[in-house]
Amino acid sequence: MTDPVVLQTTADLFPNGIARYAVGGLLVGLGALVIYVGTGIPAGASTFLESTLSYVSDQSRFRQYVASRDWRVAFTAGIVLGGLAFAATVQSGVVTTGLYEPGTTGQLYEVAGVTLWSTDVQPWRLLVGGVLVGIGTRVGKGCTSGHGVCGVGSASKTSLVGVVTFLLVAVVTAQVVAALGVSP
Amino acid sequence: MSERHPLFVPLIFVGGLIFGFGLGFSQMARPEVVLNFLQFEDFGLLFVMFGAALVTGVGFAVLPRVRDRAPLTGDVYERRLKSFDRNVLVGGAVFGVGWGLSGICPGAAYASLGVGNVTILWALAGMFLGAYLQGYWRSRATDADPATSSAD
Repeated sequence: MTDPVVLQTTADLFPNGIARYAVGGLLVGLGALVIYVGTGIPAGASTFLESTLSYVSDQSRFRQYVASRDWRVAFTAGIVLGGLAFAATVQSGVVTTGLYEPGTTGQLYEVAGVTLWSTDVQPWRLLVGGVLVGIGTRVGKGCTSGHGVCGVGSASKTSLVGVVTFLLVAVVTAQVVAALGVSP
Repeated sequence: MSERHPLFVPLIFVGGLIFGFGLGFSQMARPEVVLNFLQFEDFGLLFVMFGAALVTGVGFAVLPRVRDRAPLTGDVYERRLKSFDRNVLVGGAVFGVGWGLSGICPGAAYASLGVGNVTILWALAGMFLGAYLQGYWRSRATDADPATSSAD
């Protein structure tokens, strides 16, 4: 009993299926959980920005992260190399799985047999957006991983409010930018 | 901190590897995919956020009941609870404008660099600049008036 209308609606909402998103999300959660099980730390990705600045700046705001800055570098290095491991395996087609939907965004290119990927989104959007993300995540006490993954996983009301706030504002922003004809 | 367990940093690195692989696999490391989600063209990204929060949610709820302390630090298992104030709304809104404009957030940006997206260095440079600016402003405000200081 498959209703064609339901199928059509599902295809509209999820043109790339849900498997790659669900599997990827479970792995993101697993990565955070591995750290939590071993250390008790509910890690977020954006504190790395301030903790790393403590290597080069004496601003009092950054000094509070001196004790954690080395392991935060290790966490971020892991994330970068995890992305590279994905590129060298699934993205390069060395490992194939029906759970992965390649998609059509951006540009693929090859270096030394590894299929890499680069964005088409304009540099000014990345730079200006990055500045606002850098300010907002630190003032707002968390980002998509700190609030979104660990905070929501903790059923923290602060994090739920944070996530709802940045999600709504991001939706409006992206829609306005698209309506103004900025693409990609 | 000088008597850290020798596996402390390696374990965090491994956790980061899994985390980054997941961001690559889900394609959340691609700004286009995030923008397509925010423009209501592909809702799949909901499964990344809720899938991840589901895993941490189960772990964070179960772990304190089976063990008292984390093996590598001796720390008590606690949930990630931060105090609520106006900053959560203001910062969240600023973050939202940036995320909606660029399609990239910090963790996804690190993973994006790993999948080969050299262009994302623009966003990473921006994030460091933004984090520095708020740190500069807040350090000055705190140094000028210690009473208003609040560690996040």
